[in-house]
Amino acid sequence: MSSSQTSDPFTPKPYWNPYLSGIGLGLVLLAAFVIMGRGLGASGAFSSAVAFVVEKIAPSHAHSNSFYAEYLGDGSTNPLKDWLVFEVIGVFIGGFISGKLAHRVVRSVEKGPRISTRKRLFFAFVGGGLMAIGAKLARGCTSGQALTGGALLNFGSWAFMMSVFAGGYAMAYLVRRQWT
Amino acid sequence: MNAPWYKYGLFNDEISLVVAVLIGIGFGFFLERAGFGSGRKLAAQFYFTDMTVLKVMFTAIVTAMVGLYYLSVIGYVDLSLVYINPTYLLPQIVGGLILGVGFVVGGYCPGTSCVSAATGRYDGWVYLLGFVAGILFFGELFPLVEKFYVTTDMGKVTLPQLLNLPYGLMVFLVCAMAIGAFAAAEWGEKKMAAKNQGEIK
Repeated sequence: MSSSQTSDPFTPKPYWNPYLSGIGLGLVLLAAFVIMGRGLGASGAFSSAVAFVVEKIAPSHAHSNSFYAEYLGDGSTNPLKDWLVFEVIGVFIGGFISGKLAHRVVRSVEKGPRISTRKRLFFAFVGGGLMAIGAKLARGCTSGQALTGGALLNFGSWAFMMSVFAGGYAMAYLVRRQWT
Repeated sequence: MNAPWYKYGLFNDEISLVVAVLIGIGFGFFLERAGFGSGRKLAAQFYFTDMTVLKVMFTAIVTAMVGLYYLSVIGYVDLSLVYINPTYLLPQIVGGLILGVGFVVGGYCPGTSCVSAATGRYDGWVYLLGFVAGILFFGELFPLVEKFYVTTDMGKVTLPQLLNLPYGLMVFLVCAMAIGAFAAAEWGEKKMAAKNQGEIK
């Protein structure tokens, strides 16, 4: 069942069985371990991009801040020439390919019926901002910590994962009008 | 021992970036297949109406964990060469709580917002704008949280090390837990569906 208002002549195809998608995702993660010796990620790519821009605007400010400095490195290479930056470019491509094949590329806004588009976009912005602060504090997001660290049985990642679910469930009731 | 290939020098940094794009394509593809380009589907996890997030995430974790374990048992992968993040317990718990709140408010996590944006969702793009703004905010205020950021440093520590259990047993326990979680998720979804149907009537 789909709720999207489609501008596509085709109806969107149903999503895959979650266990099948999960196995696919797990095999991609396993491939990253075997080929690269590292897992997946997402938030780090955006940190590199932000550090890159801050450095362009205010070089000394960026280098004196140890958060930006970590992503800038020693200056011998471009901070955007980074594994995660290229991986995230791939995520956009892969997501688009899958969506296109299933007629799910639709210009729309994801929201429940009880909230206006403007409010939903405001929440999306605020949620993105909170997520960034959380991900930076935790040194990774759902990809780098929960998924990757989870599969590596990393203690901190499991503690992080449980906290994510706790935070989400604790907040869910307060924003229920957005989704239900 | 032949893997991780990159660590054994099978290819250089330039090739590793090509690998990054290919791995990313696979990552984005399966996220979209699962329905994670849709904020509604992701958020439904927190209302117990659609437990896809839990099912996909734990299936992926179990698949990669079991695969890596067996590849290390047969001596193909050197586990010590697979990068593992150090644990900073308190910042990770606090960060996780904030991220969980952000998840249900924003509707996405960073990876899934890319898929959402790539499949035309405006809220996915706005989420990403917020995410970038949040990083800038964190970066600018970093000197204030720097002390907290490095507290409870436990180094690189895995669950089997912490609990003093054999690695294989821990793998088994996580599998058992995942199967229990899947059963609970299937049961819960049916319960919620029945309850919602009752409300409509």
